Amino acid sequence: MVEQEGIRRYVAHVILWIGIAIVAFPVYLAIVASTQDNAVIANGQMSLLPGGEFLKTYYQTIFVGTSGTTREPVGNMMLNSLIMALMIAVGKIAISIISAYAIVYFRFPFRMPIFWIIFITLMLPVEVRIYPTYKIVADLHMLDSYAGLSLPLIASATATLLFRQFFMTVPDELLEASRIDGAGPFRFFWDTLLPLSRTNMAALFVILFILGWNQYLWPLLITTRDDMQTIQIGIRKMITTTDALTEWPVVMATAVLAMLPPVFVVIAMQKLFVRGLVETEK
Amino acid sequence: MQKQSIFQSKLLPYALVAPQLAIVLIFFYWPALQAVIQSFLLQDAFGLSTSFVWFENYIDLFKEPAYFEAIVRTFAFSFAIALSSLSLALLLAVMADKPLRGGTVYRTLLIWPYAVAPPVVGVLWIFMLHPSLGVLSRYLRGMGIDWNPLLDGNQAATLIILAAAWKQISYNFLFFLAGLQSIPKSVLEAAAIDGARPMRRFWTVTFPLLSPTIFFLLVVNIVYAFFDTFGIIDTMTRGGPGKSTETLVYKVYTDGLLGGNLGSSAAQSVILMIMVIVLTGIQFRFVERKVTY
Repeated sequence: MVEQEGIRRYVAHVILWIGIAIVAFPVYLAIVASTQDNAVIANGQMSLLPGGEFLKTYYQTIFVGTSGTTREPVGNMMLNSLIMALMIAVGKIAISIISAYAIVYFRFPFRMPIFWIIFITLMLPVEVRIYPTYKIVADLHMLDSYAGLSLPLIASATATLLFRQFFMTVPDELLEASRIDGAGPFRFFWDTLLPLSRTNMAALFVILFILGWNQYLWPLLITTRDDMQTIQIGIRKMITTTDALTEWPVVMATAVLAMLPPVFVVIAMQKLFVRGLVETEK
Repeated sequence: MQKQSIFQSKLLPYALVAPQLAIVLIFFYWPALQAVIQSFLLQDAFGLSTSFVWFENYIDLFKEPAYFEAIVRTFAFSFAIALSSLSLALLLAVMADKPLRGGTVYRTLLIWPYAVAPPVVGVLWIFMLHPSLGVLSRYLRGMGIDWNPLLDGNQAATLIILAAAWKQISYNFLFFLAGLQSIPKSVLEAAAIDGARPMRRFWTVTFPLLSPTIFFLLVVNIVYAFFDTFGIIDTMTRGGPGKSTETLVYKVYTDGLLGGNLGSSAAQSVILMIMVIVLTGIQFRFVERKVTY
C-alpha cells in the first residue's frame, strides 16, 4: 500500500513537470530567439540554446525599434501600456468603491434602479459595441489620448459588485461605534471602511492591471499615432506578411518584454491574485 | 439583505454614484443603444443618406452563408478550446492537489500564462509553428506532415485552438484546484474505506462534486473563446487563409472596419450581445443554485 502511494506520487510529479514544460516551452523559445541572429532564424536554422545577441537585441528593441515596419521604440510603447493599465485599474477601483458605498450605506430614491443599471454592464464586453463606442470617443475628441484608451474600459461593474458584497459582510456595529465617536459618512469611509478593504483593493488591482495591460482590440482601433501605441499593438505591427522583413529577434524580445510586467505581478502577488480572481468571478 | 445601520443624507449618495453612472451611460449604454439603432438602418456607400429598414440587415445576414459558417466555426472553436484546456487543467489540478513536496512551486510555475496577453500568445505560437522557420515545423515535416497553416485552413484553425487553449490552462487549473480543495477529505476517505480504488473514487465522488466548477468554467471558456481570441486570431492568421479562422467577433471587426458595412456589423453586434446575455444568464441560474448531484 505504502509502496503504491510512492509510485503514484512519482507519477504526479512527472505529469506536473510535463504540464509545466508544455506551458513554458513557447516562452523559452521566445527568450532563446531573442538572443540569436536574425539571418540564422530566417533560414529556419534556429538553435534551441541561447545565442550571444542578448544585449544588442534588447538595446535595439527598447530604445530604437525595428528598422522596417514600426520605428517606435518599445520602451515608449511600454510606457503607454503602463499608463493605460494604471488608469484602468485605479479609475475602476475609485469609482466602484464610492458607488458601492452609496448603494450599501445610504437609502435614496432610485437606489435599486441605479444598482441594476450598473449591474447589467457586467454582461457585455467592449468588443460587441466596438464601433459605436469608437464613434463616441471620436466625437468627444478622445482618439489618441489616455482618457480615450481607458474610460470605455472602466465602464463595467465587476468591481462595484465585489465591493458591495464585501461591505455587506462588514458588521453594523462598526458603523454604530464610529457614530458614537462622532464620525460622519466621510470619516467612516476613510478611517474604517477603506482600511478594511485594503486586501480586496489590492487583489482587484492585480487583476485589473493585467486586464488593462493586455487590452488589444480597443487600442488597435483608437490609436492612430505611433507614439500613442501600446505594446500589444506594436508587436502585431512588427510581424509583416513577407517573412524576409520580419525581425524575429526584436519581435521575440518585444513579446518577452510585454509579458514581464503582468507575469511579474501574478507571481509576486500570487495569493492576492488567486483570491481576487475567485472572488470577482463569483 | 439590507444594512440596518445607514447614513441619512439626501445629496451625498447621488454624488457618490455620479462618476460611475456617467461613465457607464456615456461609454456603455449610449454605444450599446447606438448599435441597436444602427442595426435597423441602411446607409448608402457614401454615408449621405440613411433609411430605416427594420430587420433587413438581420435577414440579409442570415441569408449570407458566410455568416452561418462563422457561427458554426465559432462554436466549434469554443468547444475545442474549452474541452482541451479543461481536460488538461483538470488532470494537472488533480495531481497538484495531492500532498506533494514543492506543491507551491508547481502552482506558481503553472499559473503565470494567465497574465500573457492574447496577441503575445499568437506571436509565440506562430513563431513556434511557422511553416519556414518554426522549430516544431521541422519535426512535423520530419514526420511527413505537410505543415503550412498559412495556406491550409484546417491547420490554421488547429493552430488557433492550440494557442487559445494553451493560454486558458492556467485559469482553469486555478479554479479546479480551488474546487478540489473545497471537497471534504472525509468523503473521499469514506469511499476509500468502502474499498473504492483511486480511479473509481475520482469518477464517483470527486467528479460529481466538481460539477458546479466544471459548468462554470465551461461557460467562462466559451465566452473567452468568443471574445478574447480576437488578439490571437489577428496576430496569427487575420481570419485567413480564406475565411477559415474568422470567428463572429472577427467578422464584426472586418465587416465594420474594412468592409464599411456598419448596418450589418451592428446587427452582428446585437446578435452577439444576445448570445452573451443568454450565456451569462445560464451561468447565473446554475451557479447560484450550486448544481450538485
